[in-house]
Amino acid sequence: MKLTLDTHTIDACRRDARHIADAIKTELDPYSTVSVERTVLRMLGIDGVDAFDVPYVNVLVDHVKTHGDLRFGIAHHMAWAIARTTKTPQTIAKRVAEGAMSLGDYFEPTTPDYTVLTPFINQSFARIRTQRQHRETVLENHPAPSPEKYVIVATGNIHEDIDQALSAAARGADIIAVIRTTGQSLLDYVPYGATTEGFGGTYATQENFRLMREALDGYQRHHGRYVKLVNYASGLCMPEIAALGALERLDMMLNDSLYGIIFRDINMKRTLIDQAFSRVISGYAGITINTGEDNYLTTTDAFEHAHTVIASQFINERFAEHARMPATLMGLGHAYEIDPSVDNSFLYEIAQAQLSRQLFPDAPLKYMPPTKHMTGDIFKGTVQNALFNIACVTTKQQIHLLGMPTEAIHTPFMSDRALALANADYIYKAFKAFADSVDIKPGSLIEKRAHAVLDNARTLLDDIREEGLFVTLKKGTFAGVSRGENDGKGLGGVFKKHPLYTNPIMERMLAACEEDAS
Amino acid sequence: MKPLMRPYGDTLNDGKMQLSFTLPMEVGPKGEAVAKALCETMGVADATVVHSEALSEHFSFYILYGTLTHAVDSDAVEVRDIDTESMSKDDIEAYIDAHFDHPITFIGASTGTDAHTVGIDAIMNMKGFAGHYGLERYRHVKAINLGSQVDNETLLEEAIKHHADVILISQTVTQKDVHIHNLTAFIELLEAENRRDDFLLIIGGPRITHALAKELGYDAGFGPKKYAHDVASFAAQALVNKRSQSKR
Ligand code: B12
Repeated sequence: MKLTLDTHTIDACRRDARHIADAIKTELDPYSTVSVERTVLRMLGIDGVDAFDVPYVNVLVDHVKTHGDLRFGIAHHMAWAIARTTKTPQTIAKRVAEGAMSLGDYFEPTTPDYTVLTPFINQSFARIRTQRQHRETVLENHPAPSPEKYVIVATGNIHEDIDQALSAAARGADIIAVIRTTGQSLLDYVPYGATTEGFGGTYATQENFRLMREALDGYQRHHGRYVKLVNYASGLCMPEIAALGALERLDMMLNDSLYGIIFRDINMKRTLIDQAFSRVISGYAGITINTGEDNYLTTTDAFEHAHTVIASQFINERFAEHARMPATLMGLGHAYEIDPSVDNSFLYEIAQAQLSRQLFPDAPLKYMPPTKHMTGDIFKGTVQNALFNIACVTTKQQIHLLGMPTEAIHTPFMSDRALALANADYIYKAFKAFADSVDIKPGSLIEKRAHAVLDNARTLLDDIREEGLFVTLKKGTFAGVSRGENDGKGLGGVFKKHPLYTNPIMERMLAACEEDAS
Repeated sequence: MKPLMRPYGDTLNDGKMQLSFTLPMEVGPKGEAVAKALCETMGVADATVVHSEALSEHFSFYILYGTLTHAVDSDAVEVRDIDTESMSKDDIEAYIDAHFDHPITFIGASTGTDAHTVGIDAIMNMKGFAGHYGLERYRHVKAINLGSQVDNETLLEEAIKHHADVILISQTVTQKDVHIHNLTAFIELLEAENRRDDFLLIIGGPRITHALAKELGYDAGFGPKKYAHDVASFAAQALVNKRSQSKR
């Protein structure tokens, strides 16, 4: 099954997207954020919280704001302190938190000997490489299927989540995503330890990551099949969570600034800077990112705004390229959200899904089920999900988020997930060779629709290139939500770098990715 | 004759029901027996397990059909619903014109950690929802939509600042009763600040009912398939009632 598409239009979209994303990069490269700096500290091996449950990494960055000069970067301060005290980063963090030491006492406005950081960086990097290696080895023996069945758990309690996840695994889930609790995106720190109290999701903490990973690894040891784990590198702690995911071997990370800007009112500069670093970390760790274009269609009409999804996918692709991410890690998002009362809605969905498939042939596309038009009628919902599943297999999507019959009611019950998995399995079997047995008729409704969406995406990308992404976001083009350049949460955490600023983690990771690519 | 109500399968009063649920135990004869026993305790007689399957080693899922032995006197069942009449947009505008010498100010938000805006936007924004214009488009109405993730304190501050007549709160996330906690906290805040009587308080969301709103100390609650004109009709009439009561 294939659409004939105009390669000139596709090239033009890519050119525009490159221009749009590169302009953002140029504008934001001179800046860093508090969360980027905290991530550097985590990569130096700093872990734990002080007597008031404030993470040491927050304590240190806040401390440098008043007792040092953050413009030079946290690595600069740490390098001076380590060189002069010969203490480890963890000890320094503890002592600063106890008030027994001030980084200001060691700070010099000249380039420090960064090699004092190397042994600590090596440790984190070795751990991430080992985790990546492990994933690759296991997956070599038991390759991931296509599509991969992705389900969420969201009980708020990590222990309950584990029961739910293991049940889903037993019923054939390939990917488990632990949804985050409401409110976490806006926390400017990562909570600590195992947690049992979340709403609509569970806190993303390093310990919760570890517990779920351990449970899924246990499943793999018994059954041979590797079950991938997903969380959200998003919100105000985007790069920190990416780092924790890399350390604890998460396999996928939701990672999209545009989602945070539009749906959580996070400041665009803050989150785009954070995203740049988080994607480098994920790329280095071999973590697939998932982008959030599907969500645009929950607040605007999916038929009219289909092209905004395509345009955003092109932009997200370019942002990922900045991080030297290979296409095989770009889980670009889209969704089955057209109103079921529209004539031929299924055909339009096929057009959109096949279009995305062909525009990003190497990307493991993330395909979201119907959510917005799901209702309390769980029986009709099962049929909606079946159509979505057919669209998924026939257009060969990779990351298949299973629709729940109870989508409009609650976060999934264990039985909802089992029903959804059975629905998908049946359709995979029934439609196995379908895509290779049919053609899309030239000039048909499906093809015309795909052409129209692509053309509109191109026009939109031209406009964004002309006006700049920040203006587009102000105009409310994506999801019908308007956001200003200097509005939203977290802008206070953005600062301009000093000419001597260095982020040794980012540099080393980028160099390693460059090497991998060549 | 009393209209006693029982579920209907294919014959009047046959009481046929379907149930499905998960048990935290292994699938098997024991699980099926437990599922049937649970039905029995609910008054569902002769339950048959028509489907059972393992969800994991320790969990199992059941679908059952049975006969409900209970019946309900439908005359004795009370519905707690909004008793004011719902008017059209034009009629509401005329009503406000006739009864108020100033526009009615509505201030609204999706509060607490809730980031869902589609519901509150459906009621407040120009465009409205499903062909029903939002409050912003109404003559004699001032609609201030604060968006989502607004904490209770901010909502109250803004309501005071704008001399709001009506506060609209949307709650979508209900897991672990987070909406109940949040809505209760807002009432407590108003009472602590001695502001409860300054506003008409209206809540809404997919799991909100009028009965729940009343129980929590609000003036009204609106759920799915309710639109701006339902809310505006209630608010305009309730404000007039409130005024005449305070005059007395
Ligand atoms: C769209 C959507 C989103 C969008 C929201 C975009 C936006 N800007 O609003 C996005 C993708 C961002 C999103 C995110 C999340 N979502 Co959501 N989302 C939905 C979805 C698909 C539709 C909701 C919707 O827009 N309905 C349409 C509106 C018009 O309906 P409505 O809200 O009921 O409003 C009507 C009436 O209720 C009433 N009304 C509503 N508010 C008010 C207020 C007043 C004053 C009045 C008078 C009337 C009124 O009038 C409206 C018109 O009739 C539902 C699933 C579903 N199909 O329902 C899940 C759903 C609501 N989401 C859910 C969850 C858990 C989340 C997250 C918390 C997930 C997570 N952990 O990250 C996050 C939110 C994080 C946060 N901090 O809140 C759950 C809630 C479960 C529960 N019962 O607690 C649902 C049910 C999905 C699920 N099954 O898990 N979501």
